[in-house]
Amino acid sequence: MIVCHRIKPQTYFDSVTLMLVGTELKKLPGVTNAVVGMGTDYNLDSLKRLGMYSDAFAGVTPADLVLAVQAADQPAGEAALAAAEDLLQRRPAPASRGAAYAPTTQDGGARLLPDANLVLISVPGPFAARETEIALAAGRHVMLFSDNVPLEDEVRLKEMAVRKGLLVMGPDCGTAIINQVPLAFANVVRPGDIGLVAASGTGLQEVTALITRLGFGISQAIGVGGRDLSEKVGGRMTLLAAQALADDPRTKVIVLISKPPAPAVVEALFARLQQIRKPVVVYFIGADPQMITRAGFRAAAHLEDAALQACALAGGRPVSPLLSLDEIRRRAAGQTLPGRFVRGLYSGGTLCDEAQRLLQGSLGEIWSNTPVPGCRALPDPFQSRGHCIVDLGDDTFTRGRAHPMIDPAYRQERLQAEAADPDVGLIFFDVVLGFGSHPDMAGAMAEAVRQVRARGGHQPRFAATILGTEGDPQNLRRQEATLADAGIDTFPSNVALVTYVQHLIASKG
Amino acid sequence: MSAIHDLFTSPIKVINVGLPSFAADLQRQNVPVVHVDWKPPAGGNPRIAALLDRIRRWQAQVRAGKE
Repeated sequence: MIVCHRIKPQTYFDSVTLMLVGTELKKLPGVTNAVVGMGTDYNLDSLKRLGMYSDAFAGVTPADLVLAVQAADQPAGEAALAAAEDLLQRRPAPASRGAAYAPTTQDGGARLLPDANLVLISVPGPFAARETEIALAAGRHVMLFSDNVPLEDEVRLKEMAVRKGLLVMGPDCGTAIINQVPLAFANVVRPGDIGLVAASGTGLQEVTALITRLGFGISQAIGVGGRDLSEKVGGRMTLLAAQALADDPRTKVIVLISKPPAPAVVEALFARLQQIRKPVVVYFIGADPQMITRAGFRAAAHLEDAALQACALAGGRPVSPLLSLDEIRRRAAGQTLPGRFVRGLYSGGTLCDEAQRLLQGSLGEIWSNTPVPGCRALPDPFQSRGHCIVDLGDDTFTRGRAHPMIDPAYRQERLQAEAADPDVGLIFFDVVLGFGSHPDMAGAMAEAVRQVRARGGHQPRFAATILGTEGDPQNLRRQEATLADAGIDTFPSNVALVTYVQHLIASKG
Repeated sequence: MSAIHDLFTSPIKVINVGLPSFAADLQRQNVPVVHVDWKPPAGGNPRIAALLDRIRRWQAQVRAGKE
């Protein structure tokens, strides 16, 4: 086994492009591992951990591209490096507004589009605060997709934004919909009068997609970043965004989704929400709903319930779920599981969290790499045990690899490994559609299931939920048909999927 | 609050700094977008980047002083 290296000084590519190239290299004959990344401390540490570091990398900077390939022999390694250069040269040209020229700085971009009102930032974390500050100083709102932004920077930037009355959606904000325009990872929704503020990306996607599928619509969906309601950040952006929706004449109902806020933040948040003369539905994931109802707001039990309550308030009449409990029961009736354990393979963190919470009562012991209270931490996230529900979008799995909503490779591999376990009776997963996501995730997962079938031997059942709308680029109906063709039971919400799992387990017992 | 009101009542126009696919997605929806082919500032040297930022802030203060 040898390791081949290459450095491309002053050559920058974004992380998603590099990770996808890395994934392609790993498929080449004779290649056991490949790292293609910028020369950041983090990437250099990863190379050391993987035993792929070379002294030649000493002194490289985050502006230099580093490539390392672990291969059976020198020709295989060199061929992979050549393939990497070829793949990088073929990357699509950057989009600029009808112009062949793409500026290299935000100021240059602003000269081309002087009346831009929003800056979407997805540069590496250590540089993200700088770009945010430039945007705010120019009076522009910010969606900050980047993660690994220091907490003290988040506080400083949000203070600055609040002073100027500007939004900073993020950091680590994957989803927003402003004036019906989906930003980053978001779905094509129907216009309407429900406004949302959320500190959870997939949570916001699930609720906005369900509202659309239930026949209602969205005014604005504002992501605030997972730490906004922490004690240090103090809910600065949640408070600003909630007030903006209160003042927005198009918004009639407000939905707030977050992990439970820090105790010091709850009081200020509730005081602000109580001044709003519009109905407010609150879902604090995993919190006691009574803390919400006592304060005078409507508490949602889960993401689908948040969507149903918001639609009922907007429409002035009760709204039924997309799939009734009776129908779910009918689908589970008479099904037998060919193994005693279930395995959940999620790409959406909040959906994984929701599945654990809802299944705790019926499954008993559940293992996870991201356990909610009452569930158990997997000693090795790459190795399932018992009933197991895994968040494959967690950092453990995305180091040096693109997120599972973009790159299905690891989830396909994991699905096949789970299916080979004779104790596994059911494998369930999410398929997240919308801008940003893989163009055909249902096809990729169906392919993995077909390979399990072709292999023969132990055959577990498969079930999935699709998060998306008919307007999404992947098209909800086509993705549903793809899963159905592969014999995968498909459900319109995560809650419906999880309820189905509950009934399968109950009928087994 | 008026800056957010303006955002909610005007067509959205975006400067995209980072992943090119986000700009491409907006372009597909006919949203005006400029993609910035971003590279780490100052050739990835954080010390020089910090110096450049100081100059930028100073310039902004000078401009603000003149207005």
